[in-house]
Amino acid sequence: MLDIRNLHASVDGKPILRGLDLHVGTGEVHAIMGPNGSGKSTLAQVLAGRDSFTVEDGSVSWDGVDLLAMPTEERARAGLFLAFQYPVEIPGVSNAYFLKAAVNAVRRHRGEPEYDAMDFLKRVKAEMKAVGMREEFLYRSVNEGFSGGEKKRNEVLQMALLEPRLAILDETDSGLDIDALRTVADGVNRLRSPERSMIVITHYQRLLDYIVPDHVHVLSRGRIVRSGGRELAHELEERGYGWIDEAQATPAAQGAAS
Amino acid sequence: MSTLEHWLQRYNAGRDALPGAGVPWLDALREEAIMRFADEGWPSNRLENWRHTSLALLEERSFAPAAAPLAPEAVLQRLRRDGEEAAGGHWLVFVDGRHAPALSELGALPGGAEICSLAEVLATHPDWVEAYFGTVEEGASPVALNAALATDGAFVRLARGVALDAPLHVVFIGGVREGASLVRNLIVAEAGAEATIVEHYVGVEGAGDVQAGAAAAGTAGALTNAVTRIAAAQDARITHLKLQEEDRSTVHVAQIAAVQARGSVFASHSLSFGAQLARNDITTRFDGEGCEALLNGLFHVDGRRHVDHHTRIDHAQPRGTSREFYRGVLDGAGRGVFAGRILVAPGAVRTDAMQRADNLLLSPQAEADARPELEIYADDVKCAHGSTVGQIDEDSLFYLRTRGLDEAHARNLLTYAFAAEVLERIGLAPLKRRAQAAIRARLPGGELMEAL
Ligand SMILES: Nc1ncnc2c1ncn2[C@@H]1O[C@H](COP(=O)(O)OP(=O)(O)OP(=O)(O)O)[C@@H](O)[C@H]1O
Ligand SMILES: [Mg+2]
Repeated sequence: MLDIRNLHASVDGKPILRGLDLHVGTGEVHAIMGPNGSGKSTLAQVLAGRDSFTVEDGSVSWDGVDLLAMPTEERARAGLFLAFQYPVEIPGVSNAYFLKAAVNAVRRHRGEPEYDAMDFLKRVKAEMKAVGMREEFLYRSVNEGFSGGEKKRNEVLQMALLEPRLAILDETDSGLDIDALRTVADGVNRLRSPERSMIVITHYQRLLDYIVPDHVHVLSRGRIVRSGGRELAHELEERGYGWIDEAQATPAAQGAAS
Repeated sequence: MSTLEHWLQRYNAGRDALPGAGVPWLDALREEAIMRFADEGWPSNRLENWRHTSLALLEERSFAPAAAPLAPEAVLQRLRRDGEEAAGGHWLVFVDGRHAPALSELGALPGGAEICSLAEVLATHPDWVEAYFGTVEEGASPVALNAALATDGAFVRLARGVALDAPLHVVFIGGVREGASLVRNLIVAEAGAEATIVEHYVGVEGAGDVQAGAAAAGTAGALTNAVTRIAAAQDARITHLKLQEEDRSTVHVAQIAAVQARGSVFASHSLSFGAQLARNDITTRFDGEGCEALLNGLFHVDGRRHVDHHTRIDHAQPRGTSREFYRGVLDGAGRGVFAGRILVAPGAVRTDAMQRADNLLLSPQAEADARPELEIYADDVKCAHGSTVGQIDEDSLFYLRTRGLDEAHARNLLTYAFAAEVLERIGLAPLKRRAQAAIRARLPGGELMEAL
């Protein structure tokens, strides 16, 4: 269970998250939608441990542990996974080396034996097939020269290999063609289980036809301003975000008046 | 005794014992060369080309061999063992600048290929050498000192169309009994000939060498002064790889000078990982149309070590292509210098030159200079250059850490990847692997990186 309370985060003194509350129960899938620049990726990165953001206030508890006190790699080993909106290119490091190092780091932490080269290849090739990646991608540098969609598939591949307890997908559907969208969604759905929680950040309700969320939230100006079931996503698709901003402005105005 | 007196004395006492002594053109050249050196002395920062790298420290230095040197046999054995298949090939070994026949091992050579020591060819066929030995004027003053005092080196001559099947490894083990090694290598490739030549410069300091103290003070240590001259005739293809892994107290001063005839291809890989101070001047001149050159380089410095590469590509004729890639990894208070000169002569139309120099700083005290110098006197040319000095990329570091790699592993991985990209340009896989192992042995956590 992930419990985010009153989270404030800033970058270079500029506030971005301004009192964000979110509770994600074990086994639940939550979708977060919201306008560009509202702070969705910031939330994802703060949860993963990016230290260029300063947490000014609030707390994040993950199964009773203070998540914010953990170094990035320990969060990862403990089962937190972030699929990046913009996966990073790493020239000179082959995808194979990278994936193996990642999987073994997590396995070591779990007290499982590290994969040797053969076992690893068997496992990774099976997972690549499932996400529709050709084998040549093992021997290319991490994300270097990958198309937008190939990068996103590579993120889903990593998620499948690392078997996280909490997966955060930051616009993994952006830039995907219809078939890729389905492949990615299948990858996510295969991982769905009562032990695994997911936060799916997206601009499109279309993804939510494939990955059906338990809850949908709207993030605006650094706060969750509305929460609901999957029908909220349809409503947003039809009406945009304007009506929420208006609704939000009213209580703020009242607060100022009193 | 001042250093100049030291070298003059060495010359006066030793000239009759130098290889080829008594050959008139060589005696005359040596005489003029030592005079030039006596006149100019070691280069200091007063010279524009030596602004960042002064050899003035050599004025004060006694050239001492290592205090407790490893046996050259052991050094060579380690070198040959490290390289799997690369342990094959031809091996020409020099200890303190003198050919060591017992350590050398040349395999069967194709007809028309001559490989021997410079001393040997000067004794038997000095006329083969004259046109290729070099002149008194060329290069900076250390090149003149080398012309006067070089005791030996490799001599390679490939007749028309002859291809060397396996790489020739020329190994220089310095600082064993003598503090200074001066060597001169001559590579002559006739039309269409082909060869890969690897020069290894290795030290003999064992672990915990007591000399480290004096070396830190900069007052003692070995000197290597190496010159390699390459003549590539029409359509010849020469690949030259230099792996400099000298002791931390050694000053290494070297020149590699190629001259290329029409359609020839020259690739130089300069890997400078050791020495207290290393200066490499690497030049090539396109004397015919349609030449190609690759100047590829990687260096690593830490502590207070210093590496300087000065390159010069003379596009003297039309339709030449040059590619230049240099990278440096700088740790501690290390210092790296790169100056890349590209000259496009009037009339050298359709020249295509590209140069990149990138430096990775691992510590706030490390310092790198990268300076392109393009002089273009022709029209219709493509010339591009770029250089960077930067640190480990934070986005990459974060990405790796979100996948469970600890920070040190992630940093080491990114560092090695940065270096290893240079080595991807080494065509022969065994040589590439050898170079990868050499840099891994120096980078933090390198042992974990086996194969990227
Ligand atoms: N390093 C940074 N420096 C300055 N501003 C930043 C930085 N990172 C994020 N921001 C700002 O914080 C705000 C929130 O950015 P964030 O990336 O979280 O938005 P988002 O909701 O993910 O948007 P999108 O839907 O476009 O992906 C934006 O205004 C952005 O410009
Ligand atoms: Mg975003």
